[in-house]
Amino acid sequence: MSSITGTQGHDLPHGGHDHHDVSYLHPKGGAAAVVWDWMTTVDHKKIGVMYLVAVLFMFFLGGVAALAVRLELFYPTQIDQATGQVVSGQLFNTGETWAKGNETYNRIFTLHGVIMVFLFIVPSIPASLGNFLLPLLIGAKDVAFPRLNLASWYVYLFGSIFAIISIIRGGVDTGWTFYTPYSTMTPVDHWAVVWMIVAAFILGFSSIFTGLNFVVTVHKLRAPGMGWFDMPLFVWGIYSTAIIQVLATPVIGITLLLLVFERLFSIGIFDPRLGGDPVLFQHFFWFYSHPVVYVMILPGFAVISEVVTTHARKNIFGYRAVAFSSIAIAGISFIVWGHHMFTSQGEVASAIFSALTFLVAIPTAVKVFNWTATLYKGSIAMTTPMLYALGFLFTFSIGGLTGLFLGCLATDLHLHDTYFIVAHFHYVMMGGTVIAFIAGLHHWWPKMFGRMYSELGGKIGFFLVFIGFNLTFFPQFILGTQGMPRRYASYLEEYTFLHQLSTIGSWVLALGLFTHLFVFIHSLVAGKKAPPNPWGSLTLEWTHAASPPIEHNFHHEPVVTHGPYPYDDVLPAQTKPGEFVLPPPLPSGRKAH
Amino acid sequence: MATIDVHNAPRDAAGEALPLYKLYRPAAHYRDREHEFDAVKMGVWVFLATEILLFSGMFVGYAVLRMLHPEAFYNGSHYLEVKWGLLNTVVLLFSSYTVAAAVRNAQMGQLTWLKRNIVITMLCGVAFLLVKFVFEYSKKWAEGKLPGMFFSYPGAHDPSEPLWWGIYWGATGIHAVHVTIGIALFGWLYLGARRGKYGPEHYTAVEGVALYWHIVDIVWIFLFPLLYLVH
Repeated sequence: MSSITGTQGHDLPHGGHDHHDVSYLHPKGGAAAVVWDWMTTVDHKKIGVMYLVAVLFMFFLGGVAALAVRLELFYPTQIDQATGQVVSGQLFNTGETWAKGNETYNRIFTLHGVIMVFLFIVPSIPASLGNFLLPLLIGAKDVAFPRLNLASWYVYLFGSIFAIISIIRGGVDTGWTFYTPYSTMTPVDHWAVVWMIVAAFILGFSSIFTGLNFVVTVHKLRAPGMGWFDMPLFVWGIYSTAIIQVLATPVIGITLLLLVFERLFSIGIFDPRLGGDPVLFQHFFWFYSHPVVYVMILPGFAVISEVVTTHARKNIFGYRAVAFSSIAIAGISFIVWGHHMFTSQGEVASAIFSALTFLVAIPTAVKVFNWTATLYKGSIAMTTPMLYALGFLFTFSIGGLTGLFLGCLATDLHLHDTYFIVAHFHYVMMGGTVIAFIAGLHHWWPKMFGRMYSELGGKIGFFLVFIGFNLTFFPQFILGTQGMPRRYASYLEEYTFLHQLSTIGSWVLALGLFTHLFVFIHSLVAGKKAPPNPWGSLTLEWTHAASPPIEHNFHHEPVVTHGPYPYDDVLPAQTKPGEFVLPPPLPSGRKAH
Repeated sequence: MATIDVHNAPRDAAGEALPLYKLYRPAAHYRDREHEFDAVKMGVWVFLATEILLFSGMFVGYAVLRMLHPEAFYNGSHYLEVKWGLLNTVVLLFSSYTVAAAVRNAQMGQLTWLKRNIVITMLCGVAFLLVKFVFEYSKKWAEGKLPGMFFSYPGAHDPSEPLWWGIYWGATGIHAVHVTIGIALFGWLYLGARRGKYGPEHYTAVEGVALYWHIVDIVWIFLFPLLYLVH
């Protein structure tokens, strides 16, 4: 116990007597020197921040496309059945034909999908928070290959440029899945399709570089004394993610390469006219893209494990179960891709994939139950990160459970390609990953930038996001069960109310996200200086590093003597007064564990 | 990696300049050279896993299309000349030996043979590409044995033969790109070896490139029978 309290603030920097002591954010010279320093940095913290800025920008772009999609569906395109004239729907087809309006709509939702998947959500948590935190959480000075890390950012930038070239050329209407033969035949600009596929191919390398770096970092750079089961669960989540990135991404690499060959040279492998097999493309595509769904959600799980333990001041319930469930999800992710193809493959294959798909529910449920059990009798502080973690438990559970409807063959045939599936994956990706991402941003913001933010602003943002999100996507479940197909620019009159509700929800959601943006900018400009450990957390980045951390992270390599969450052994009275914002005191007569 | 001033290099007791590999300092976030070597080696192995998965796409494509069009693939393998494939297999297997020997040379401090083996391996890579281009690619190109829409070979027996050529050109083409990258890496290694960068205390790069070269060989070891020998 003494070793824990003894380390509080012990190794934190005191004066500024040598340049290694200054914060990593401390500018090195004038404006040009600072820019050059950031562009050539191999510091994992700076690369993490650069990734953060990049992915948030992409989130904004993808979000604009999403709002445009919802706006179209508020007043959808409608034609007079008798004359064939467009009678309403002003957004995408003013003065133009019905077909033209639909094609524009297809491009906009493809834009939304491609940006959100390849440019935002895959790199989101691992590349920003993961880069920043992984070495800090395991007591290392940097990731294993810092220059490879910088290369991964530039490759990401390079890939984004290709995507933007494609968008400038008019964008593509293939959907983010690039299904053949449509993607090889679509009449939109030939090179727009090629650039978009090449962009996704290049972005894959960025993902592989990050994953490879993280796998080696976790294996080789843990601080002395930190065994595998002393690692914070964030590290387990990121490690599982990295394994999937490394093993699945090369398959999309070869797939997209073949697709580009197919588009440019018609080599025929996916082209039925030449005897090729378009379903082979679907297999290849989902062999990557299903595991990558867990690349998107596992980092979310990783964040929630840290937020729940810190803000409830409780040791995690079932450490090993939570750790191993991440690995189990990573493993199972590779054998369930066929559930995206229930309607395009054989019955036996579908039945097997359906059965395998249900396996995913087990480790996922283990996590949700363990987080809930961790909260039980914890002293919960209703901070912004904690509110988001609680929101996550709610929305992610809905997303996960509705997945079972889709994994079941009989119900899937009804729900396939409807709004139900749109709602399901938005509840997982947005209600899971994005909500967890925002939770993590609020949790680690003081550490990353050394400033506190307005708790009130954060909470207002949370309620707007939470209400807006559910208002946007819950009606879509109902729309889906009623038969509303996805990817349509128009719909029957009966669906109007739910669609308009959903669109209104998207505005509330956008308002909430802008509130957070405003709160963060306000924090950078006028925020209170953050103490090293505002939450009284017990993981290394809070106990052994300054806020913001110094360039080399720690003054001395930390020696780990205990697991990551020994809250049960630390009475609130033993934490340094003034340094932590303490959770409310325990009711008298109750023990701390 | 630290830059080293060659002209003012530290000297040993006899006044001889120490070779660069003795002066190597690991990056600041590693405890020592061993630690860095372990991490880099693991990184290379993880990278090799990604390579295997990259090529696995080609192999699965081969299997599926062969199942759909057995006739085309049967005819296809008859268009290839086993002797050139066999020659290239021998060349690559020999180069696998020389690159393994190069790693051993570095470990044992046999710096002359280190350089020689690097050069021999590089030349094997060049020979492989020459055989491929001069005796195979150029002929097939001239005869119109090309993928998909570009196929113009008049003697085809099966309408799906363009698919076979898609797989042939795709798989051997991606492999040839890997051989080319390998040749460039050996050139880089040779320049370093000439300056004395690699020796018993520091041979991380030699080991890493050697591992990469082995995977390039292994992929060919699978491509050769699948394309040339299976009838």
